[in-house]
Amino acid sequence: MLPELGQFALILAMLLAFAQAFFGIAGPARRNERWIAATAPAVAGQFVLTVFAFATLVYAFVHNDFTLRSVAGHSNSALPVYFRVAATWGHHEGSMLFWILVLSIWTVAVAAFSRRLPRAFQARVLGVLGVLSAGFLLFTLATSNPFERLDRLLPDGVDLNPVLQDFALTIHPPMLYVGYVGFSVAFAFACAAMLEGKLDQTWARWTRPWTTVAWMFLTVGIALGSWWAYYELGWGGWWAWDPVENAILMPWLLGTALIHSLAVTDKRGLFKSWTLLLAIGAFSFSLLATFLVRSGVLTSVHSFAADPGRGIFILSFLVVMIGGALALYVWRAPLLRSQAGFDLVSREAFLLYNNILLVIATFVIFGGNMAPFLSDILGLGSLSVGPPYFNPTFLVSMIPLLALVAIGMHARWKRGNLGESRRVLLVSLGTALVLGLAMAIGIYGLHDVRAPLGTLLGFWIILSSLVDPIDRLRRRLSLSAAVVGMTLAHVGLGLLTLGITTTESARVERDVALAPGQSAELGGYRFTFVKTEAAEGPNYDAVRADVQVSRGDRDVALLQPERRTYWVQQTALAEAALGVNFRRDLLATMGESLGKGAWSFRLQVRPLMSLLWLGAALMALGGLCAATDRRYRQAVRSTATDPLASPARAGSAVT
Amino acid sequence: MTPTRRKRLYLVLGILAGVAIAATLALQAFRQNVMFFFDPSQVVAGEVQPGERFRLGGMVEKGSFRREEGSLEAHFVVTDLRGNRVPVVYGAVLPDLFKEGAGVVTHGRLGTDGVFVADEVLAKHDENYMPPEVGKALKKGEPRAGT
Repeated sequence: MLPELGQFALILAMLLAFAQAFFGIAGPARRNERWIAATAPAVAGQFVLTVFAFATLVYAFVHNDFTLRSVAGHSNSALPVYFRVAATWGHHEGSMLFWILVLSIWTVAVAAFSRRLPRAFQARVLGVLGVLSAGFLLFTLATSNPFERLDRLLPDGVDLNPVLQDFALTIHPPMLYVGYVGFSVAFAFACAAMLEGKLDQTWARWTRPWTTVAWMFLTVGIALGSWWAYYELGWGGWWAWDPVENAILMPWLLGTALIHSLAVTDKRGLFKSWTLLLAIGAFSFSLLATFLVRSGVLTSVHSFAADPGRGIFILSFLVVMIGGALALYVWRAPLLRSQAGFDLVSREAFLLYNNILLVIATFVIFGGNMAPFLSDILGLGSLSVGPPYFNPTFLVSMIPLLALVAIGMHARWKRGNLGESRRVLLVSLGTALVLGLAMAIGIYGLHDVRAPLGTLLGFWIILSSLVDPIDRLRRRLSLSAAVVGMTLAHVGLGLLTLGITTTESARVERDVALAPGQSAELGGYRFTFVKTEAAEGPNYDAVRADVQVSRGDRDVALLQPERRTYWVQQTALAEAALGVNFRRDLLATMGESLGKGAWSFRLQVRPLMSLLWLGAALMALGGLCAATDRRYRQAVRSTATDPLASPARAGSAVT
Repeated sequence: MTPTRRKRLYLVLGILAGVAIAATLALQAFRQNVMFFFDPSQVVAGEVQPGERFRLGGMVEKGSFRREEGSLEAHFVVTDLRGNRVPVVYGAVLPDLFKEGAGVVTHGRLGTDGVFVADEVLAKHDENYMPPEVGKALKKGEPRAGT
């Protein structure tokens, strides 16, 4: 009964979404006050119904309602409750419902926290979000109904894919969804501005916090996915340039560009049409990611099941949304010319270079990601594009980008030279050079030119971003949340660069066959295979190995990798064991039994691996911090309190 | 030309140069690094250039897996189930989902003795134990197999 109610709620939600789209877009266009006023209640109603539908699905999973196809296919009564809840979004139908829920949460947030926006503008934003919501609800109900009943009764479900039974993975998809669905808000703000034919600095100030928060969630989501791949799936690989990883990296890169371009639009009223294009682009790539993951056109670990019908629906929706937004852009963007000029070494210029490099990186990845797909369609044979393509081409735009981050932070708005900052930059560059060389060559003995270059850039960014905040603190000046956020994020980027450079160039890895008592030397550590023993989890049996790691004659870690066999699906899964400290990660993963008591192991030593997670965490924290800046709240208040008193406002704007 | 115009010109030229360099490098990297997929029938027919790195995909033939006890080196045969067989040797840890009778994709080169020396074995597959392109490769031959 409950699932039927859930489905009914979903249908009502779809009707309300259509109403929301219609009132939100037609209301302001026809200047119909009653239609405009009807938009927000439609949002609220849709939210309540979507939450209810999602809750019934969670309930069905928790209470093992195997009459539902989605529950029977992806859960099992032996699955711990925690994973049963997570299984709700661990499969196609549930994850689409989750997508809709997340969009609904964002929409309600926009309705609740932007009540001070001009009413017509707010209605337009909500209307555009309504179009998205209606499209996805229609898609879910038509092609992937999570409440579909089975025609026969199953005693138990076929279980959640064992690789998904993991803590990081239960929160990775929600974070990711909140992030890339969040770009829909920037997209809706962009469309609303184009419909209105007006885009000023206030618009950028409204859009910025939303974009930054979405970006923060996306950062966390990508980092969690990477962390999961690192210890659960990739046998120590934290980034494999898998098609689906690329699919979420592209909106992240464009979102990063958007954040920076919005800063220029906010502060100087420039780059207006470029910002609009990026807002459309970031969300388009989010939709593309949904399409790539959900249609199963790509060979990937993430695409559980291929279904061309679904793919075609999302593809058509994608074409309509992106095509519509771009048509609107072509029509309206000429109205939004910005007048002011800027110099080639000004802050604006550096942010422009940043944007160009990020967009180039996005398209380089896009090319590599879509090539196999295109080649397949055109009948040119089945090809694959892997790290040998992505690594060098990505670095080509990232290396200059990192250098420009260090320099750009010291450029002044509008001005044509770096002035006194030149000394600061040279001193920080010199210090970074010494530190970078000392670290790469002195400590890790890396002679590949990329390693010292990476450490140099990492240190330079960190030093360069700390100069101004420290200077301000010493002079007892206050630091705004925006500056603190920017500093945190850039320091995070620097740490990430240091971590990636070091762990990728100085890691050592070996596959070995070990019998109990035997040991292997790796990177100055001795890994000794002591014994195996049987272990049992809530829904699996396992063989657990004791691998004692020592350095010299000191024991440093006991690693206990497991090889699990999940009862229901009878699949084997290696659970890696990690020995983490700040200097390095030790990894042992257990392969298969080789006979005579011997087992195969993959052993790894990865220096400074934790810097990756620390760097990503700081970047996300920086985003959160920047989004809370007082300016955003004040700006909204001052424009909204007196919508009619425009002469007064014009007067105050001069001062 | 006014100074602003000139500045804008430099900017545009700079951007164009950057984009051109990036595109050239990307194409170059692309040409050198794409790996094509071959199924066992194509390998048996000699369609692969000697020494070329490629991806071989098919089913792990039942009963073909053997290894020296206590050693990592594994031998198995990749087949298209229509009599085309390619022996494979691999010296590292096999992935979790690798098993006889399931689909597999391996990266490596063909040796002069006709043995495929794999440096990577992937057994990422969907619930039907079949990577999509392997499924397609197997399906491709079906009408022919009937004749």
